[in-house]
Amino acid sequence: MASETSSSAPKRSLGGWALIAVPYFWLFLFFLVPFFIVFKISLSQIAVAIPPYFPAFDLGQGLQVLFADLKELSLENYIFLTEDDLYWRSYVSSVTIAAISTFITLLVGYPLAYGMARSPKEWRPTLLMLVILPFWTSFLIRVYAWIGILKNEGLLNQLLLTLGLIDQPLTILNTNIAVYIGIVYSYLPFLVLPLYASLEKLDGTLLEAAEDLGCPPWKAFWKITLPLSIPGIIAGCFLVFIPAVGEFVIPDLLGGSNTLMIGKTLWVEFFNNRDWPVSSAVAVILLLILVIPIVLFQNQQQKMAEREG
Amino acid sequence: MAKKPIGPVRRDYAPWDDPASVPFIEFRNVTKRFGDFTAVNNLSLKIYEREFFALLGGSGCGKTTMMRMLAGFETPTEGEILLDGQSLSGVPPYRRPVNMMFQSYALFPHMNVEANIAFGLKQDDMPKAEIADRVAEMLRLTKLESFAKRKPHQLSGGQRQRVALARSLAKRPKVLLLDEPLGALDRKLREETQFELMNLQEDLKMTFLIVTHDQEEAMTVADRIAVMDAGEIVQVATPGEIYEAPNSKFVADFIGDVNLIEAKVEETSETGTRLQAVHGNYVIDSAQSVSASKGETVWYAIRPEKVRMELGEPSGGDLNSAGAIVWDIAYLGDMSIFHSRIGEASLRSTVANVTRTVERPISWDDKVVLSWDRDAGVILTE
Repeated sequence: MASETSSSAPKRSLGGWALIAVPYFWLFLFFLVPFFIVFKISLSQIAVAIPPYFPAFDLGQGLQVLFADLKELSLENYIFLTEDDLYWRSYVSSVTIAAISTFITLLVGYPLAYGMARSPKEWRPTLLMLVILPFWTSFLIRVYAWIGILKNEGLLNQLLLTLGLIDQPLTILNTNIAVYIGIVYSYLPFLVLPLYASLEKLDGTLLEAAEDLGCPPWKAFWKITLPLSIPGIIAGCFLVFIPAVGEFVIPDLLGGSNTLMIGKTLWVEFFNNRDWPVSSAVAVILLLILVIPIVLFQNQQQKMAEREG
Repeated sequence: MAKKPIGPVRRDYAPWDDPASVPFIEFRNVTKRFGDFTAVNNLSLKIYEREFFALLGGSGCGKTTMMRMLAGFETPTEGEILLDGQSLSGVPPYRRPVNMMFQSYALFPHMNVEANIAFGLKQDDMPKAEIADRVAEMLRLTKLESFAKRKPHQLSGGQRQRVALARSLAKRPKVLLLDEPLGALDRKLREETQFELMNLQEDLKMTFLIVTHDQEEAMTVADRIAVMDAGEIVQVATPGEIYEAPNSKFVADFIGDVNLIEAKVEETSETGTRLQAVHGNYVIDSAQSVSASKGETVWYAIRPEKVRMELGEPSGGDLNSAGAIVWDIAYLGDMSIFHSRIGEASLRSTVANVTRTVERPISWDDKVVLSWDRDAGVILTE
């Protein structure tokens, strides 16, 4: 019996299938269906109506009307996106800002995660708690609070003026620097947690072995610790980069009128211009841009898993 | 009486017996405390060049701490360690000419076998061609040529053990430290590897220091063994001396199987000692003289294989001869262990099963006479 089943994949019971079906059903209902609605709107045309686009499918009018409506769908909005350079500049700027912020987050987060992983065992739960603690306050309020810190007469400038480090208040708020600060601050925990997990697993005797073989501790960090924490670095960076590309709140509150990010562009298109079809097209393209790194990341993870297995 | 050499083999290499020889590694009054716990207590030890030295003891006896102090991972609280005449205090691990083979092997998981072996050589800025030659030599020595490009997780336990060994030998250290090197291997492989280690040590003419809790392993590979207990060294001697002439009940009991017979001193002189057994009515006559007064309680340690056993009853008045009743027999294949009762006490004796078909005359509940030679056992006072 055992030898028969071991050669082929184990047979799943009905209950087993049901269990697997639940997450797929969830994804179908709350990801795929909404995505297709957005995709369909992106192929429609703007109209002064409710909803503000045409054609709006209505099964009650019969199949013929439905087929006639289908012919109205076009890629016009996507072509429009390529004609106005606002959009591709927004995309490029978003990806650039997200990439730079991710890199800064890594520079700040790595020592943090490293310090946590190297701290005495009894401290670690507390340190982890401190990393997660900001989540207990609303994201919006936390970003808003940075205005009070960064503005010209804000806490930071007051402190620097009092210390005599500067004569004139620094203009940070409403610049890209404020956006970087906001993203780094908000997404730091997403980078620290996976990185901490991979650094904590690191076997301390490996570092002893490196040292024993003539490698000083600072060099052992580059030769042993860093390469072995790459999976954590990759996971953490993606967790920062992907949401940062589509970020709206941070550039809206902290960024200036020059700060171009696709989230903001989309907001303006949707609420100010009430152009649902174009904003849907913007959203679909954003998704496509993000799918590429996600797929790359998945491939990498799978390859690693295969190599380990 | 002329002192007979103790142990099964004649040794040509015995610098520890030569007062003129200079120790290669020396622990001088070394103490190591972790908080309130004293792991190593005021311990002095000399190890000589080309020696295969074993630190043997149970867990928590301080043997691993000794090795880690020599490697530089722990600093002695008091005392100092000298290597080749030079103090090691203040020298970080990466500057010490010693390499360690870790119990967990500690192979770098992101490097293949070759890169693992080459790691230490690269730290010394050795020319590339030379590194390649040395790595090839190490692969050949440990029979790993066909696994050079594999990652550690693609190897079996035995292969990983050999990579760890090759990596720690690659730099030709002055001393190789082996921390429970064979603990993770199964019995057959362990025995094979023990002999490989011995041959390797002879070929390379290096000083090896092994830490182990396995007395058989220590006996097999080492020139000398230090038996440790609670942060102190109980006895340092060759395997033969440790087994045949233990200096305490602890060592006698820790190494191999032993009968510890409680006895009272009847008389002692320069030529020997007579003891009256506490349990059973027989007199032990030993060639050993002891510094114990008449009536004092001592222990007579005798190994089971040195006890003879015959059917019958003692004639009375014979020395080193006790009447007993066979209580338990354990058949182990190569030999059998007999537990015989002498009053309250019990005495173990072994019989080698040298033939397959012989009638075995002794069985349960038989009356037997147990006897031994005058120099078969050791009198222990502590």
